[in-house]
Amino acid sequence: MIATAVTPNMISGLADIRKRAAERFEAHGFPTTREEEWRFTNVAPIAKAQFPTIAPSVNGHSLRIALERHPGLVEEYLGHYASCENPFVALNTANSEDGAFLHIPANTIVEEPLWIDFTAVPDRTTHPRNLIIADAGSQVQIVERYTGRGPYFTNAVTEIVVGENAIVEHVKLEEESPDAFHVATIQVHQSPNSNFKSHNISLGGLLVRNDVNAVLSTGCEGTLNGLYLANGNQHIDNHTVLDHAAPHAASHELYKGILDEASSVVFNGKIFVRKDAQKTDAKQTNKNLVLSENSVINTKPELQILADDVRCTHGATIGQLDEEALFYLRTRGINKADARDLLIYAFARDVIDRIGIPEIRAHLEKALFESLHSRRSHSPRAGEAVA
Amino acid sequence: MSAQADWGPLCALEQSRMGERSLSKIPILEIRDLHATAGGKEILRGINLTVFPGEVHAIMGPNGSGKSTLAQVIAGRDLYAVTDGEVIYEGKDLLALQPEERAQQGLFLAFQYPVEIPGVSNLYFLKAALNAIRKRKGEPELDAMDFLSLVRQKMALMDMEEALLNRAVNSGFSGGEKKRNEIFQMAVLEPRLALLDETDSGLDIDALKIVAHGVNTLRSSDRAIVVITHYQRLLNYIVPDYVHVLSEGRIVRSGDKSLALALEESGYVGIEELSEAAQ
Repeated sequence: MIATAVTPNMISGLADIRKRAAERFEAHGFPTTREEEWRFTNVAPIAKAQFPTIAPSVNGHSLRIALERHPGLVEEYLGHYASCENPFVALNTANSEDGAFLHIPANTIVEEPLWIDFTAVPDRTTHPRNLIIADAGSQVQIVERYTGRGPYFTNAVTEIVVGENAIVEHVKLEEESPDAFHVATIQVHQSPNSNFKSHNISLGGLLVRNDVNAVLSTGCEGTLNGLYLANGNQHIDNHTVLDHAAPHAASHELYKGILDEASSVVFNGKIFVRKDAQKTDAKQTNKNLVLSENSVINTKPELQILADDVRCTHGATIGQLDEEALFYLRTRGINKADARDLLIYAFARDVIDRIGIPEIRAHLEKALFESLHSRRSHSPRAGEAVA
Repeated sequence: MSAQADWGPLCALEQSRMGERSLSKIPILEIRDLHATAGGKEILRGINLTVFPGEVHAIMGPNGSGKSTLAQVIAGRDLYAVTDGEVIYEGKDLLALQPEERAQQGLFLAFQYPVEIPGVSNLYFLKAALNAIRKRKGEPELDAMDFLSLVRQKMALMDMEEALLNRAVNSGFSGGEKKRNEIFQMAVLEPRLALLDETDSGLDIDALKIVAHGVNTLRSSDRAIVVITHYQRLLNYIVPDYVHVLSEGRIVRSGDKSLALALEESGYVGIEELSEAAQ
């Protein structure tokens, strides 16, 4: 069992939250596929692995240090947004020893993107806990990146509080090792008239679950975008919630994924429109490109609309490469393998192009190119070494 | 019609050319007794056609006669199964080649319905295509500057706006823009044999003139063009050396451009009778 210790020097309010989280996890345990939220994602391998917990290493902006220096500020926000109804959030809240803390003062514009890097240690569990507070009128871009080697378990929670009229763009790059378990929750609270964009990119990991939840106030614009590339035996599960809690907010959601080999993928997108949230404009799209007959996809939009003057659209597609487009490219002299790559690349670029950080776009284009390249060299069609 | 007076001498010229062509050159394309099916249904039922360098052929025929199928089979679309006959391109068995190999060796099909490819820029696409063809010819790849200057020159020919280059291939293009884009690609790729599949359909007269001008500029003594069309109108602007009438999967009549005008007057009704007679 993973230890549920409470750090003794914790200030009382926070200690209380941690204690309750520990109790909550003790009572509930790891979720099972009998629970609707976890129906298609079996986390038994994570429970079974029992990697000992260590503190994540944070380069600068440490939450632990922030807790010592600005206990009041941290306590005001930490643990108030991400719900311990999610057992992994409870586990993180109870056990986290560190993470990143970013506080952008009011009306401050941060010119360069801020990077948070987590490098996992083999055979260990970490519970990175990140708190991002963007005060009113501030503007910031944040990149949260997860990498590592060998088998391990990363269970991250990021709470993001977007102040009034603030603009926050957040990129999560999940580039974990092929043997890693990765579970993460991003919980966003948007104050009135704020603009938040999430780009949730999943490239690595063996078993991956992301929950990205945003609560929108009046006049907000919220964007949840995602890209997942699944191959081998990878399982990637993305659950999102856009909670329109107040009127006149707009949300845009685009999740696209490419499935190859024996991978499996889940997309579940909830949109809540509360009773008072008139004039809500919400659009959700999930598109999947399936390259292998052995891949499995479960995609499910869930709309709960209690207001009557709203516009909500959703759509999910599961398709293969467009044969017409493939033929067209080939009639121009582009060979079949290159034409396939070009179409796959174009499919994914739709999400990459929406990221406002040029270095990340370049990084992802390269990662995508390498992924296509390795797929080709693994395929018996292209490999010369196949007996 | 005042143009009618000029036909006589022109026809005589075509006749004499038809007589001498086989002596001086080898054909670019020879189709011999080509049969093809789609979904078990026979669509091409014995096509014979020989095309020499420098020639422009028009293939006319009613809807469903097999015009587009012929173009797609020559380009290598795997929806169709060739059940009999052969297609010889520059002395080689064309049907044994992959679609990209055909293109790399100088074959070009201007699509009746150009395909939209979101996310792939026109510029990137065309550069990949041109370099694939150059590579096959053993020529070095064009660098970005040389490529851009080539492309600008060809865009001017087709009266196209440069902004189209950075848009995704055919995505959100109007019908006219798509057709112009096809001929623009042809101008950049400089094929030896171009098949234009109903490039005129849906074009207004101004767009038709631009497209025809582009095609006429590309006419040369070592290139052949096969124009597939339902209507005679295009042939006023791209004047063919030969006109063939396709009906029910066979060429039922061949002649010079006056055949197209005769068809325009009589319609395809009489042709179907011919086709029945041919069986």
